[in-house]
Amino acid sequence: MGEWYWLPDYFWRFAEGLWVTLELLAIALFFGFLLAIPIGLVQVTGPRWLAAIARGFCTMIRGTPLLIQLWLLYYGLGSLFPYFPELRQSFLWPILREAFPYAAVAFIISVAAYEGHIMRGAFASVPKGELEAARAFGMGPFTVLRRIWLPRAIQNVLPTLSGEAVLTLKSVPLAATITIFDVYGVGNIVRQETFRTYEPLLFVAFIYLLITAVLVVFFRWLENRVPKASQ
Amino acid sequence: MTFLSNIVQFLSEWGPNLLWGLVATLQIALGGYALGLLIGLGGALGKIYGGPVTRLFLEIYTTLIRAVPELVLILLLYYAGTQLLNDTLRGLGYERVDISGVAAGVAVLGIVQGAYATEVLRGAMQAIPRGQVEAAQAYGMSAALTFRRIMLPAMVPLALPGMANLWLIITKDTALLAVVGFEELAGATRQAAGSTRLYLEAFVVAGGLYLGLTLASNRFFKWLEGRATLGQVKVGAA
Repeated sequence: MGEWYWLPDYFWRFAEGLWVTLELLAIALFFGFLLAIPIGLVQVTGPRWLAAIARGFCTMIRGTPLLIQLWLLYYGLGSLFPYFPELRQSFLWPILREAFPYAAVAFIISVAAYEGHIMRGAFASVPKGELEAARAFGMGPFTVLRRIWLPRAIQNVLPTLSGEAVLTLKSVPLAATITIFDVYGVGNIVRQETFRTYEPLLFVAFIYLLITAVLVVFFRWLENRVPKASQ
Repeated sequence: MTFLSNIVQFLSEWGPNLLWGLVATLQIALGGYALGLLIGLGGALGKIYGGPVTRLFLEIYTTLIRAVPELVLILLLYYAGTQLLNDTLRGLGYERVDISGVAAGVAVLGIVQGAYATEVLRGAMQAIPRGQVEAAQAYGMSAALTFRRIMLPAMVPLALPGMANLWLIITKDTALLAVVGFEELAGATRQAAGSTRLYLEAFVVAGGLYLGLTLASNRFFKWLEGRATLGQVKVGAA
């Protein structure tokens, strides 16, 4: 089915693309989740103004397409640079010129908003008595969070977070629209150079099936390691 | 201040274009959503009541669609769909046709949404108490009548939160069609941004339009949920 003569020639390009995809995914999930914890937490327990900011952030990011956010960051911020000529001399310039940091920031923000929304519900769903018990044991607020609140919250929403991780993986190809060569971007190069319409796309889809499967298995393993919530 | 005056200037020049983009976005989203709902209903029925072959086919469909990025699916379905249609038409002795952007967008997003809708509706369908369906059958209702009179109304409140979520997803997914070159909101914005060079302002405006659409949809679905769950006892409502 189809013609695959080009595959050996582009094998290493795809391997590089796979690395870029996984790198973006890992960065987005790790830092996004780190941000999601305070974003979720302040909506449950923070002062009202902070909660309002966090909620507004989640609504704004979740209410607009990631593609628009990505273009806003990349093209929008980029269009401001001529106003600050001193930037060209600064140590930041090599970073600002690359496309990858913009994609990374856009994905981190997106993950932070979606998972922040999830974590809000997760923090709120931990029974009050457990937190009171922790406090009664003399734990400080930070210890309560680290030992009781956060682990119990994550335990409740691990399946949701795994679904979110798959969605993030599937949005990585958007980065190709700002000149990043992830798996999908490499697939596009192949399409342009070989004039094959389907085969490169099918190959990209196949790679994605594999990554998704690995991701799902990984999260299932994680879920099994976590003792079941008994409520 | 220049930012605000730039936005005003941008809107006066390109506002109508963006609004037309928004209309196109809404058209594609509504069409795709309706198609997805239909596929989802069929898929859910097939997954629950279908034979082993139907179930296997549907399982492959939902798994594949949910594992492969929308962007890849859109390209694949768009090119493959157009070629398949034209090959079929040629086989039947007709001229080849150019598929309109809206029609292709609706078809593609509908097929993608159908996979997610299948899962949402299957969950809702399985949550209907068995006794209700059995009672309908005991009354001598046919399968179609049972579905229309009993299952469908009972499903609505259960499926609404999931279906509301899918609507929000499809309105945002329409932006992906800009990558294939459709002139919906994101595509129109990119064009406007390119020709005015007001990138920041253009994308802020587009983001505002999408956000407005999302907020309005949220309102609508909340109202709908309120109506659909009228008279139901809220279990564990905080």
